[in-house]
Amino acid sequence: MSETLLEVRNVKTYFYTLRGVVRAVDDVNLELSRGESLGIAGESGCGKSTLAFTIIRLIPPPGRMVGGSIVFQGVDITKMSEEEFRQKIRWKGISMIFQGAMNVLNPVITVGDHLAEVLMLHKNYTKKEALAEAAKLLQMVGIEPRRLKSYPFELSGGMKQRVVIAMALALNPPLVIADEPTTALDVVVQAQIMNLLKKLKRELKTSIILISHDLSLIAELADKVAVMYAGKIVEQGLSDYVYKTPKHPYTQGLLGSIPRLRGEIRDLTWIPGVPPDLRYPPPGCRFHPRCKYAMEKCKKEEPPVIEVEKGHYVACWLYA
Amino acid sequence: MAAAPNVYTPRIDKETKLVVSGLKVYFPLRRLFLIGPRLHVRAVDGVSFDVKEGEVFALAGESGCGKTTTGKAILRLVDITSGSIIYKPSERISKVISTVPGYKKVSEYGHVNILSIPEKYYKPLRQDIQMIWQDPYGSLNPRRTIFEILEEPLDIHKLALSRDERIEIVAKILEDVKLTPPEEFMWRYPHMLSGGQRQRVVIARALITKPSLVVADEPVSMIDVSLRAELLQLMMDLKKAYGLTYIFITHDLALARYISNRLAIMYLGKIVEIGDARKVVEDPHHPYARALVEAIPEPEPERRHVIKELPIKGEVPSPINVPPGCRFHPRCVVLDQQPALRSLCTSKEPPLVEVSPGRYVACWLYAKK
Repeated sequence: MSETLLEVRNVKTYFYTLRGVVRAVDDVNLELSRGESLGIAGESGCGKSTLAFTIIRLIPPPGRMVGGSIVFQGVDITKMSEEEFRQKIRWKGISMIFQGAMNVLNPVITVGDHLAEVLMLHKNYTKKEALAEAAKLLQMVGIEPRRLKSYPFELSGGMKQRVVIAMALALNPPLVIADEPTTALDVVVQAQIMNLLKKLKRELKTSIILISHDLSLIAELADKVAVMYAGKIVEQGLSDYVYKTPKHPYTQGLLGSIPRLRGEIRDLTWIPGVPPDLRYPPPGCRFHPRCKYAMEKCKKEEPPVIEVEKGHYVACWLYA
Repeated sequence: MAAAPNVYTPRIDKETKLVVSGLKVYFPLRRLFLIGPRLHVRAVDGVSFDVKEGEVFALAGESGCGKTTTGKAILRLVDITSGSIIYKPSERISKVISTVPGYKKVSEYGHVNILSIPEKYYKPLRQDIQMIWQDPYGSLNPRRTIFEILEEPLDIHKLALSRDERIEIVAKILEDVKLTPPEEFMWRYPHMLSGGQRQRVVIARALITKPSLVVADEPVSMIDVSLRAELLQLMMDLKKAYGLTYIFITHDLALARYISNRLAIMYLGKIVEIGDARKVVEDPHHPYARALVEAIPEPEPERRHVIKELPIKGEVPSPINVPPGCRFHPRCVVLDQQPALRSLCTSKEPPLVEVSPGRYVACWLYAKK
């Protein structure tokens, strides 16, 4: 096993709203090696974006990380002060490709200035040096350097997404978190963006955490995949195992609901019911109200995490 | 040159529900200072297809290809620039509209050209062609209860006069879309329902007038993956129970392969390929269709090791300045390998020609020159 880059241990992030405590991320464990890519899959509201914001310490209020630790390159980054985190970790160590590239860029600032800002702040470059570096970054993501002077409205959706990726890569961080990097993009552009991420993973050896509701998209990139449901990781392991032999009923349900392009047409399956309100998650296994295998035990006790095969973990009573 | 015999021409027979031919929908742009040429967004630019009774016909393509506008045109929700829409109403509606001015049968089976019926007399047909909208969060009035939302079509079309009757019809349709018990849902507001439940209300609203043709515009794209199949199954059950014909607008070709009988792929306002849904997706002919299918991700982890070769270049041009000739030619990589075709592709629009029974492609690779 190569060097561990990121270790997320028992992390809990709760939102203290006026109407109760939302347990968006509840006791999550993850491990990522250098150069490895991890996909986090789950439906809307399962806490996957909150988990990303927790790692890069940008949880929007009234959310707060209330427990656990995050060890990045051997250092517990949760113990750092905000200033230290900003100088050492955010963007230099861990950067993020935010969701909805269409609206991430400031409409009154040029592409070049977007990229230069990061370099001037973190590397003390002069504007001129920063713009020269920005041109290189644009080239790396497949945009002509003359676009430095363009404003976001002059670019297509796919190009804006490339600019956002270039921004995340500006300081060449070892870990990039991509939160639904292709939502609102058409399928051809989506494939081009995925190609770009694959290329970066290969050439720069960047670790990528890809967050998506789409298991197909995650399969295009991730070496490891974690499936989240109602604030918890229900299954995680090497992609080859999880896709080929999914163990958790939720993962099985998700994979069964994906229509395929080739092969026999089997009836698509679905998971009855809706995800729970995270203020009042069901007792025991959070998935039990929707699970067709639910037993008495599932309703009372939380399932332990079991290693079903090497590096493939499932939180389900069926395997305990 | 006379049209080759294998060029697509819509036919009308007993089973035909709808024939769209040469449909064009242009949206005019405002001219600056009233000078310069009049520009148009050519959203739909000469689309022809036919839909059989009881069929699921899918219209697929990327955003901006005109698929939604085509759907809206069928409901006459946009101004149609030119073309014709021949439609066979249900028997009930046929009787009602046979007396209105502009009504003229165009076939012995009761088909009418719905564009010839003046707006004023068109209302009965609106019962018969309904739409399921894409966004269940945007298409339900938040200040109305589910009952009020579903009651409105009954009121507009005078389908139920007393309140008791309306309550009964609304309860029945809620049961049909599996929002049970109906009494529990009827008096709620949309915000009290989940996305999937809201979409059921949208479906109920479309079906409450007992239509025979339903245009479904991306009905599951806003719904969580795990719930999609359930809604689709519901739509298929309702199709059987109500005797519906669906036009299913989607960007998801894999989904189209599962639920539709036939599929038309659109690019920049035109149909580039049309045929049996399974065959089109499994073996696309048109270079654009090939690129589109190639781009779709699949849940196979081996794919992470390969960088996909996408047989397409550049970006979608603006529908204001549509490229001359084949509108796909600036992005076509097949064209680069076929220099002999270049002059044809860049100057003349390819016709939609039959390449195998029921399969049509608009590409000079397949057409007789």
